Amino acid sequence: MSKPIVATTSLAGCFGCHMSLLDIDERILDLIELVEFNKSPIDDIKTFTKQCDIGLIEGGCCNSENIHVLKDFRKHCKILVSLGECAIMGGLPALRNGIAIKECLDEAYLNGPTVRDNDKQIVPNDDELPMLLDKVYPCHEIVKIDYYLPGCPPRADLIWNALVALVTGDEMKLPYEVIKFD
Amino acid sequence: MAMQLENIIEKYNKDKTRLMDILIDVQSEEGYISEDAIKKIAGELDISLADVKQTMSFYHFFSDKPTGKYTVYLNDSVVAYMMGRQKVKEAFEKETGIKFGEVTPDGLIGLFDTSCIGMNDQEPAALINGKVFTDLTPFRVKEIIQDIRDGKNIEEMYRSDLGEGENRNELVRSVVRNNIRRIGPVLSKDYIPGRVIKEKLTSMTPEEVIHEIKKSNIRGRGGAGFPTGLKWEFCRKAKGEKKYIFCNADEGEPGTFKDRVILTERPKLLFEGMVIAGYAVGATEGIVYIRYEYMYLKKYLESILQGARDRNLLGKNIGGIEGFNFDIRLQFGAGAYVCGEESALIESAEGKRGEPRDRPPFPVEKGYLDQPTVVNNVETLCSAVKILLNGGEWYTTLGTANSTGTKVLSISGDCRYPGVYEVEWGFSVKDILEMTGADQEDVQAVQVGGPSGTLIGPKEFNRLLCYHDLATGGSLIIIGKQHNLLKDIVTNFTQFFINESCGSCSTCRNITFQMKEKLEKILDGKGIEKDIDDLVEWGKILKVSRCGLGQTSANPIVTSIRNFRHLYDELVAGDKDFESEFDLSEAVKASCDATGRIPVLN
Ligand SMILES: Cc1cc2nc3c(=O)[nH]c(=O)nc-3n(C[C@H](O)[C@H](O)[C@H](O)COP(=O)(O)O)c2cc1C
Ligand code: SF4
Ligand code: SF4
Repeated sequence: MSKPIVATTSLAGCFGCHMSLLDIDERILDLIELVEFNKSPIDDIKTFTKQCDIGLIEGGCCNSENIHVLKDFRKHCKILVSLGECAIMGGLPALRNGIAIKECLDEAYLNGPTVRDNDKQIVPNDDELPMLLDKVYPCHEIVKIDYYLPGCPPRADLIWNALVALVTGDEMKLPYEVIKFD
Repeated sequence: MAMQLENIIEKYNKDKTRLMDILIDVQSEEGYISEDAIKKIAGELDISLADVKQTMSFYHFFSDKPTGKYTVYLNDSVVAYMMGRQKVKEAFEKETGIKFGEVTPDGLIGLFDTSCIGMNDQEPAALINGKVFTDLTPFRVKEIIQDIRDGKNIEEMYRSDLGEGENRNELVRSVVRNNIRRIGPVLSKDYIPGRVIKEKLTSMTPEEVIHEIKKSNIRGRGGAGFPTGLKWEFCRKAKGEKKYIFCNADEGEPGTFKDRVILTERPKLLFEGMVIAGYAVGATEGIVYIRYEYMYLKKYLESILQGARDRNLLGKNIGGIEGFNFDIRLQFGAGAYVCGEESALIESAEGKRGEPRDRPPFPVEKGYLDQPTVVNNVETLCSAVKILLNGGEWYTTLGTANSTGTKVLSISGDCRYPGVYEVEWGFSVKDILEMTGADQEDVQAVQVGGPSGTLIGPKEFNRLLCYHDLATGGSLIIIGKQHNLLKDIVTNFTQFFINESCGSCSTCRNITFQMKEKLEKILDGKGIEKDIDDLVEWGKILKVSRCGLGQTSANPIVTSIRNFRHLYDELVAGDKDFESEFDLSEAVKASCDATGRIPVLN
């Protein structure tokens, strides 16, 4: 039987969730035995080359590219998992949700205390750049999400246990320590 | 101004627990509470600026900006909409040239929304500078705005007769109507003030009073239904330096207005009830916590308290009972439904934000200023007087075996005779519809117990009003078929809870909001089957909230799903397992506008 295929991505996240995935230490060797990776920053495959079983999504959606990637994941993965606070709730980036987008851009590029050398008062507007969304959206407001792994980032053990459960079909181990946040 | 403020602060002896009163007075004198005033208050009361601001920012009727020389608060409850609020609102906006939430540039008129003001039987209604205007129409609005521009005072703006009864009292002078449609022990006219104090209390021990109340089996009329005798007994037994009796006259549940009518017509009965409770538990001070919306009754109620003092029904050695001292004061709120919750009410009366406390300890052990405190509804205290007069035994002959006595109902909505009805427990909803002259063919639902209660349909109209079936604090809203149940009723109720949440619990603060978004998604035709299931599931999580507000805030949605599931099913797409409301072109619009880009959407 061929190995289950996993894809991962980081949308509006900090890569912390991916670091946590790598935090499974030597079990990374077991993981490679257990699954095959497709599109993911971990193996640097940039586009889907086949249909996958599991997609792990870090980060919410803050721009149009995030939306396209997320929809692409939904198309290519049987199961989608929101990984971490940002994917589930928008997280830290969503702090901007109460502020008008123009105000954010002005602060970042025109008026902020760290703005230098912007004599022409340019707010980046190249067509190559993704378009910012009016607010940061959690993934489940864009596509159907099957599972949620909480934490910022979720603990390595939680990610590991979830992957093992998904792959083996066994019940997931949820000891207190892996979902304890303080 | 500085002088006035000083006087106000002096009037309350620089007592920080009277911060509410101070802020209410400043707001009413100045029309707002300025930064300078806040500094001065904080300094004089020896509390921090944050202490003043956190109390101030909690209450709807306090403002840090001028709210207009004439401030209009238009009720936005469900029944107001049923009775034509939308047109009235539009008329206000048209006549003044401003939107709700704004003040005219000349500072003359401010327009604001407000939660149910307890006038459901005479909607649409508004408070203008604290006075009530009922039965508004676009035409009336035009007149009112013209009168304001002509510089008339509030009373010159009434164009109808004053209401019945004590609404005509010189100290009230209000157009509010009582609409008392049916009387019983609480509302009956044959009440002789002070008689129970003089004839009964003088020959009874406190324990005997409690015993009599227990015998009557009366349960609290504020909604929670706790046995009153037991509550008094707990408080009597609790240790404390001083004990307090609170009357809960916050009456914030949309659709309830019976306490307003009792306060207007039977205040002496209420005060006598408080004296009795005070005697029974050994309390020396009583406080009536009244919602701000009923401020127009203040002078009248104070004069009645003074009358009672003059007749030795309040004060020292009351009724000649040696050593029995008890007095009552009024405490006004400032617009917060959650302050009806007994521990929030106490917090508020202490001058703080009206955030419910963790319980236990219950107020009977640790209440106002950490002393043993009884909190009872207006009607409960009134009933206690009649129980002592006629005996606990007599009381059990009224109502049903488990729900003794009578209940004063506030009935509004689509019926011929909205108003106040005192009935024995055990009436069916069908009886009520007949009694109020509702066209039964035309009623699609009845909201029993206000938004925190239950929405029922015709199949359940034979259910009974009593603690074992349909328990209720007394609000019944009859909803005709012309209304869209989910859009007009359920959404409004859910929004009410969102507006009124104190924000302490993450469940109440977030889930209610999320549920409303989901409901709107369904109403937009974007819902799926799972959205309905989610609503039911999320409703369960709300039960872990700290107080009754959060615990019941899912009720409008959950009970409407339970009893009107077909309305939801009709709206959701049968075979889809996901549907997003997300629209990329909408979402990128603001940023493209800001940067001058043309959206590329594929
Ligand atoms: C959000 C909320 C609002 C309430 N509002 C009122 C109210 O306006 N009047 C009232 O008597 N009880 C109200 N209650 C119930 C009180 O907490 C308390 O149970 C009641 O005042 C006790 O009096 P009783 O035993 O005479 O009913 C409210 C409870 C909650 C949770
Ligand atoms: S959840 Fe935390 S760790 Fe993960 S992307 Fe967001 S901020 Fe980073
Ligand atoms: S349930 Fe809501 S209103 Fe009650 S304490 Fe919690 S947040 Fe405040």
